[in-house]
Amino acid sequence: MEALSNRKKVLEQKPMNFWERMYLPAIFKGMAITFRHMFKPKETVFYPEVQREFSENWRGMHSLKRDEDGRERCTACGLCALSCPAEAITMVAAERKKGEEHLYREEKYAATYEINMLRCIFCGLCEEACPKEAIYLDGPIVPADYLRKDFIYGKDKLVEKPLTELTK
Amino acid sequence: MEIAFVIEKFVFITVIFALSLLVAMYSTLAERKIAAFLQDRVGPNRAGPGGILQPLADGVKMFLKEEIIPTQSNKFLFIAGPSLAILTACIGSAVIPWGQDIQLFGKTIALQATDINVGILYIFGVVSLGVYGIMIGGWASNNKFSLMGAIRAASQNISYEIPMGLSIIALLLVTNSLSLKDIAEQQHGFQWNVFYQPLGFLIFLVCAFAETNRTPFDLPECETELVGGYHTEYSSMKLGFFLFAEYINMFVSSAVMATLYFGGYNYPGMDYMNSLLGPTFGPLLGMAVLFLKIFAFIFFFMWVRWTIPRFRYDQLMNLGWKVLIPLAIANIVLTGLVTALVNGF
Repeated sequence: MEALSNRKKVLEQKPMNFWERMYLPAIFKGMAITFRHMFKPKETVFYPEVQREFSENWRGMHSLKRDEDGRERCTACGLCALSCPAEAITMVAAERKKGEEHLYREEKYAATYEINMLRCIFCGLCEEACPKEAIYLDGPIVPADYLRKDFIYGKDKLVEKPLTELTK
Repeated sequence: MEIAFVIEKFVFITVIFALSLLVAMYSTLAERKIAAFLQDRVGPNRAGPGGILQPLADGVKMFLKEEIIPTQSNKFLFIAGPSLAILTACIGSAVIPWGQDIQLFGKTIALQATDINVGILYIFGVVSLGVYGIMIGGWASNNKFSLMGAIRAASQNISYEIPMGLSIIALLLVTNSLSLKDIAEQQHGFQWNVFYQPLGFLIFLVCAFAETNRTPFDLPECETELVGGYHTEYSSMKLGFFLFAEYINMFVSSAVMATLYFGGYNYPGMDYMNSLLGPTFGPLLGMAVLFLKIFAFIFFFMWVRWTIPRFRYDQLMNLGWKVLIPLAIANIVLTGLVTALVNGF
C-alpha cells in the first residue's frame, strides 16, 4: 500500500556490531546526557513559598457572590442543583422577611446552601446555569481534610465576605 | 611505648571509622541531591540551609520508626542480618593506606590502621562476607521477595567475585605485592596503575558496582520486581543499617579503587609539595587528594545509578560469566606476556 505521508520511519533491525555490543559507547553517551542535565535550570516551584499561577479558566472552590450593596445574589431557584451532574448541591429556600432587605437581594433566598466537595467534579455547570450570577468557581484549591462530613461546605464557607469586611 | 602505640592506633582507627561513617551519611544526601540535579529537580532543601541536615533528619526518622519483626521469621538471624551487613562494611577500610607517614607531635605515625602483607586478600574476604548479611537477612525474613533478593545477591556476588579476583591477579603481575601500602607507594607521582591496567580497571569497576549492589546491578533490592528485595520485611534502624551498609561499601570500594588504580594518595608534583609543606601538612594534602578521588568515584557511582537501567537477571549472568571472566583471563595472559617481554624472561 502506498504511504499517505512521509512521516513513517522505517527502522532497520540489524544485528549489533562490535562497538554496539560492547555497550560502553552507548553508556558514555547516556552519561553525557545526564551530566548535561545537572547544569540545566530547574523547573521546581518552591510550593509553600511560591505558588504557581492558575490559568485564566481555572475552576476552583465555589463562592456565592454578593451584589454591589453587599446583598446575597442567590435566590435559591435550584437551577445549579438541577444542572449539577454530580448532584453535589443542595439548598433550602426561605422567604425574605421585612427588615432583611439589606441582606438578600430578592424576595427569596437560600437559608442553607451546601456543596459536597467530594462529589463535586468542578465542571462549572452550576456557574453556567445560574441566572443571577450568584455562583462562581473562582476560589482556590479545595483543601484536604480528615472527615467526610467536613467536605460538605455550607454557607459559612461559600458566601463571599461582605465588602466592608474585605476593605477592613 | 606499647601503650602509646595502642593509643595511637586506637585514636587513628576511631578517626577513620568516624570519617567513613560521616562520608556514608552525607553520601545519602549527595545521592538524593545528585539524583535531583540529573533529573532537573532541586532535591531535599528543607532541613537546614540547602538540606545540609537531611541525613540527621533521616537518621532520627529511622530510629523513631516502629520496629517490626515478623512472627514467622527466625528472630536471631533476622537481627544478625543487618548487623553482619554493617559490620563487614565497616571493617573493610582497615587496610587502606590513607596517606604517607606523617610527623605529628614529634612522632612518625603511619596513616593506615594495619599494613598486613595480604591487604587485597583481606579486602576480598571482607567483601565476600558482606553478602552473608544480605543472605541471612533475606532468608530469615520468611518472605518470598526477600528470599528471591537474597538468592540474587548471593549468585550475583559469587559470579562477580571471580572476574574481580582475576582482574586483581593481572594487577599483581605489575605490582608484585599484595600489600596495599606497597601498591600505593609504587604509584608515586603519576605512575598510576590505571595506565598499565586500563582493561583490568574497567573489569574491576564493573565488578565493584556488582559487589556493592548498585545500579545497574541492584537486582537484590530491585523495587520494580521484588518490592524491597532482601529488606522487604525490615523496618526502623535495621533497614537503616542495610541501606547504610550499602553507602559504606560504596565508600570503601571507592577507596580501594582509588588506591589500587588511581594512585591512592599520590598526585603529580607531590615531591615538590611535600618539600614545601613539610612532613606534617604534606601527607595531609596527600590524604585530601585521596579523599578527592574517593568522592569522584562516589559521584561516579551515583551518576551511573541515575543514568543506566537495571540489567535483566540472565543478562547479568551473561555479562559476568561469558564476558567479564574471559576478558579478565585474556587480560592476565596479556599482562603476563608484556611483563615477561619487558623483564626479558
